[in-house]
Amino acid sequence: MTWTPGDEMLVVQRAPQPGAAGGTYRAFGETLRGLKTTMARLFEGAKTISYPEEKVPVYPRFRGRHRLHRFEDTGLEKCVGCSLCAAACPADCIRVVAAENTPENRVSAGERYAAVYEINLARCIFCGYCEVACPFDAITMGHDYEMSAYNRTDLIFTKEMLLDEPLERTPLRNEGE
Amino acid sequence: MSHTIAAIGYAEPWYIQIIKSVVLFLLAVQIVPVVLLAERKLLGRFQHRYGPNRVGPFGLAQPLADIIKLATKEPFQPSTAVGFLYALAPVISLLTALAAFAILPFGDVANIFGQEVGLYGLDVGIGVLYVFAFGAIAFYGLMLGGWASGSKYSFLGAMRAAAQLISYEVAMALSLVGVLMTAGTLSLTGIVEAQSGMWYVVPQFVGFLIFVTAAFAETNRAPFDLPEADAELVAGYNTEYGGSKFAAYFFAEYVNILVVSGIAVTMFLGGWQLPLVDPPGFVDPFVVLGKIFVFVFLFVWIRATLPRLRYDQLMSFGWKVLLPLATANALVTAVVVVAVS
Repeated sequence: MTWTPGDEMLVVQRAPQPGAAGGTYRAFGETLRGLKTTMARLFEGAKTISYPEEKVPVYPRFRGRHRLHRFEDTGLEKCVGCSLCAAACPADCIRVVAAENTPENRVSAGERYAAVYEINLARCIFCGYCEVACPFDAITMGHDYEMSAYNRTDLIFTKEMLLDEPLERTPLRNEGE
Repeated sequence: MSHTIAAIGYAEPWYIQIIKSVVLFLLAVQIVPVVLLAERKLLGRFQHRYGPNRVGPFGLAQPLADIIKLATKEPFQPSTAVGFLYALAPVISLLTALAAFAILPFGDVANIFGQEVGLYGLDVGIGVLYVFAFGAIAFYGLMLGGWASGSKYSFLGAMRAAAQLISYEVAMALSLVGVLMTAGTLSLTGIVEAQSGMWYVVPQFVGFLIFVTAAFAETNRAPFDLPEADAELVAGYNTEYGGSKFAAYFFAEYVNILVVSGIAVTMFLGGWQLPLVDPPGFVDPFVVLGKIFVFVFLFVWIRATLPRLRYDQLMSFGWKVLLPLATANALVTAVVVVAVS
């Protein structure tokens, strides 16, 4: 049984077939139009951002390399070595070893402090759960994203490295910009 | 009556001719990197990019880096290759390209240090035929290269190249017939001098368009770059070539661009002549070079604009459009030339 098209038959519009004379004439006009288009691109100039020299500013909420923070007035570390960040980390890349603060050696504002605080950035997935888990805002996600290294051990960042200011500040853009 | 095949007009003693040929060779070697860089820079700008800008100031040393890279590569040869021909093919391409370059007139006979010197490699009575003869020999470079590589992609590319070049050479030659009939000479310097009243681009506009279109096909440039067709054929006839052999092909391709640009300038744009002003003799080569670079810009512009043709489109365009158009152009010109004289 053959299929007979009903009233819903579609009429397909086809592009003009490339003929000899008419097709050439059309193609010539379209070629000129194309040349105009490309020439306009030439005058617009390059849109390239030459990356190592110029950088695209990151957003304030950009989740880059972690930062540890100190209190601005006392200079004490905010981290109290509670290991909640390590517990929250899905990639298991944070290692915290806590120690007691003593009156002679006061490092943090709480009872204890992080004697060892290491983040293995080769494992980190930059999810930001550590930042959410931290009860004292001691760890936040910074704005640095240039973290390539020649070997894996260089990617284990220690407490001192995380506490220091980054060597080069990443350009930041305002919210909504 | 002399029995030479071609009358060659000599204006200077033999040692000047040797110096001239060396200078022309060096000129070709010097211009090709400039064209190379100009193409990559312009193509970048056409696509909102910078193009090469890492090597040297503004990337000016990029061609140098390319050449060093190619020259220091391992000479590689597939085990299926026919060794002798495989090595010979790029040389043929290079040789024919440079030989055709020798005929471009860069100026009239000038007086340099009290010595009459024609600012061209040689002025042959058969001018245009010389160019087409070397263009025809250049096929062997591509065909031998593709066949001697012993690779199916090379062979396919070479077959395409041969079919394309033969098809378009007919239209290219016919498009120049109008100019030759109007000028009444085959000598390139003679044709330039015949254009002192009006450049042939005006009366021979159709011929000019046909010539430029065919020139794109002759030099395997986009949109007629089917012999190379990166997407389909890897790289066409030069797939199996690397290092300095590939550099020879590459160099020949760009010299060919300069040659067809130079022929177009000579035939249609008045060679070294400028409208209204008549500059002194030493400016002539720069005028020609400037006009050639206008064509190089056109080559890049077209390459940035048009997509590659399908193979059947290429063939039908060459045989069904360009060839009849060129023939009609030649016929009409012949009738007009006879009617006027």
